[in-house]
Amino acid sequence: MDLSKLKPGKIARIVGLEGGHGFKRNLRIKGIKEGKNIKIIARQPVGGPLVVEVEGMQTVIGRGMARKIFVEEL
Amino acid sequence: MSLKHKNEKKGLKKILLMGNPNVGKSVIFSRLTGANVICSNYPGTTVDFTKGIMRIKGERANVIDVPGTCSLEPVNKAEEVAVKMLKEGDIIINVVDATNFERNLYLTIELLEQNIRVIVALNMWDDVKHKGINIDVKELEKMLNVPIIPTVAVTGEGIKTLVSRLDEAKSPDVKPKSEEEKWIEIGEIVKKVQTVKHRHHTFSERISDATVKPVTGIPIAIIVLFLVFQFIITIGNFVIEEILDPFFCNYYGPWITGIVSSFAPSGTLHDILVGQFVEGELDFAQSFGLLTTGLYVPFVMVLPFVTLFYLMLGLLEDVGYLPRIAVLVDTIFHRLGLHGSAIVSVMLGLGCNVPGALSTRILETRKQRFISATLLAICVPCMAQTAMIFGILGRYGAGYIMIVFSTLILLYLLLGFIMKKLIKGESPELFMEIPPYRKPSLTALMKKTWMRVRSFLVEAVPFVILGVFIVNILYISGAIDILGNIFAPVLVGWLGLPKEAAGALIVGFLRKDVAVGMLLPLGLSPMQLVVASTMLAIYFPCIATFVVLIRELGVKDMIKSCIIMLSVALIVGGALRLILLGV
Ligand SMILES: Nc1nc2c(ncn2[C@@H]2O[C@H](COP(=O)(O)OP(=O)(O)O)[C@@H](O)[C@H]2O)c(=O)[nH]1
Repeated sequence: MDLSKLKPGKIARIVGLEGGHGFKRNLRIKGIKEGKNIKIIARQPVGGPLVVEVEGMQTVIGRGMARKIFVEEL
Repeated sequence: MSLKHKNEKKGLKKILLMGNPNVGKSVIFSRLTGANVICSNYPGTTVDFTKGIMRIKGERANVIDVPGTCSLEPVNKAEEVAVKMLKEGDIIINVVDATNFERNLYLTIELLEQNIRVIVALNMWDDVKHKGINIDVKELEKMLNVPIIPTVAVTGEGIKTLVSRLDEAKSPDVKPKSEEEKWIEIGEIVKKVQTVKHRHHTFSERISDATVKPVTGIPIAIIVLFLVFQFIITIGNFVIEEILDPFFCNYYGPWITGIVSSFAPSGTLHDILVGQFVEGELDFAQSFGLLTTGLYVPFVMVLPFVTLFYLMLGLLEDVGYLPRIAVLVDTIFHRLGLHGSAIVSVMLGLGCNVPGALSTRILETRKQRFISATLLAICVPCMAQTAMIFGILGRYGAGYIMIVFSTLILLYLLLGFIMKKLIKGESPELFMEIPPYRKPSLTALMKKTWMRVRSFLVEAVPFVILGVFIVNILYISGAIDILGNIFAPVLVGWLGLPKEAAGALIVGFLRKDVAVGMLLPLGLSPMQLVVASTMLAIYFPCIATFVVLIRELGVKDMIKSCIIMLSVALIVGGALRLILLGV
């Protein structure tokens, strides 16, 4: 499942990233990397961005980008 | 080779501070150089580089605070600046946020491949313990083969060691790795040197969560902004009405008129210095003398609000609240072809449009920068202008002020929505780290507020006085009548204003606050004042902002932007006239 479908408060493991090289690098240097646990802290309404937490650091990420991050709920 | 060039080549050693955004580079910079620079808790606030001088063992060296970047492949203009500067450095101090060790390492690994001497400052070392993180510095030093110095920039811990070990900086012989290989290496390093103890959410993290969840975050944001606004207005008005205005009217006014009258009892010189009397009396807001209105406008009407605004902005910045606002407004800003980070240029722009324009660099694409800069120039009045609008419209009631600002907000949304559709290019989504809340340091906040206020005093006040002087020249030379006649079709025919308002339009290029002040002696009705002050906000940026915008957008885009400004001014002005003046 992709990250945008994860419910707020739930924790999942990142299993894959989809997209170009630059895009993937951009995610990884902000800590969104395969093998990490990710939690949805907040979800803004009407297609707004998600606030996620990886290893204690929060990041805000657009819904479209979130759809390219694949996770497995734990 | 010219002599100058040679000197530069041979000249001082260049030390570059590089690191991800928001890792504490600016604080380290001021520690090293003793210079005051503005730091804030928002990723990407150092959009331009800052230079300073430091001493290492008696020898002088240039230190450059490079804009934050996460990798050497830039994603926005601020990062481009960073990568370009890399080539010029002799030594790189790579500032690493120890609490975000793993993701910061990518840039470090990239820097180590660059054939340039590197030393690492492992900053935020105080926070590491709170977060239950442990990093084995010795082992890390061995693995990276460059000096690693733990630092706490805010207290100065470790900075001495950093300086004394600067010449140990080295360029380890590493063969370039592919991106995947780099990530593997980072994984290995982290596994070996870092241990993280699991711990529960702290109080500040729970607050952090509440401020980004829409259900709680939006009400909190409204309350916070309302309180900030109330604070500025209440204290500002108190200081003006109880302290500054009485001082000017009761003491300064009689004193200065006395002095000037002693050598110029009447005539041109008298009028330029103390201005025209209104009903036989000096009126600080309307007389327009250099020594009366020229000082009253900046110091009494504007300065209190500017100071309070910067104090509040600095507080919100240092606490780390701005990124949360960016999250909450992102959905709306996305409809305008922007994303949440554009709120930074609005917030800074409300203080002064110049830093607001510079901060558009944190946006990724040309389209976003164009839209946010154009909206800034049209719809975001600076604090000086806002204070004057409050000053001249407040006396007729808050409703009139509301009309001006509602018009501007509405215009921001509408115009953004239209530009998003019409302007080619991409509008990427918001993707940004949200720094933790931090307890602001009072001294840092005071220093930052003072630096901004000082730049208002040094860079704006002389132009206010020049503006008042120009007003005098316009009237004395009779140029005002000529200009009035030229602009009459627009002013009288289209906007329903008297033709003397032409003076305000002209002076508005220089200073918006003086221009708004010029409306007062014209005897306009409250609604005419509303139309005129809205026009002054929209039609064109002040000259300082204009110059910065040309640099940021390029001449071609700036021409486009100006065409938009002028046409919007005409359309909105005509509409306001119909709606508000009913003629
Ligand atoms: N706790 C702690 N906070 C720090 C330290 N260094 C910087 N900060 C804070 O981190 C924030 C970002 O610092 P700044 O210098 O503006 O970051 P830059 O974007 O890298 O220049 C500011 O709020 C600083 O007060 C440190 O060593 N410890």
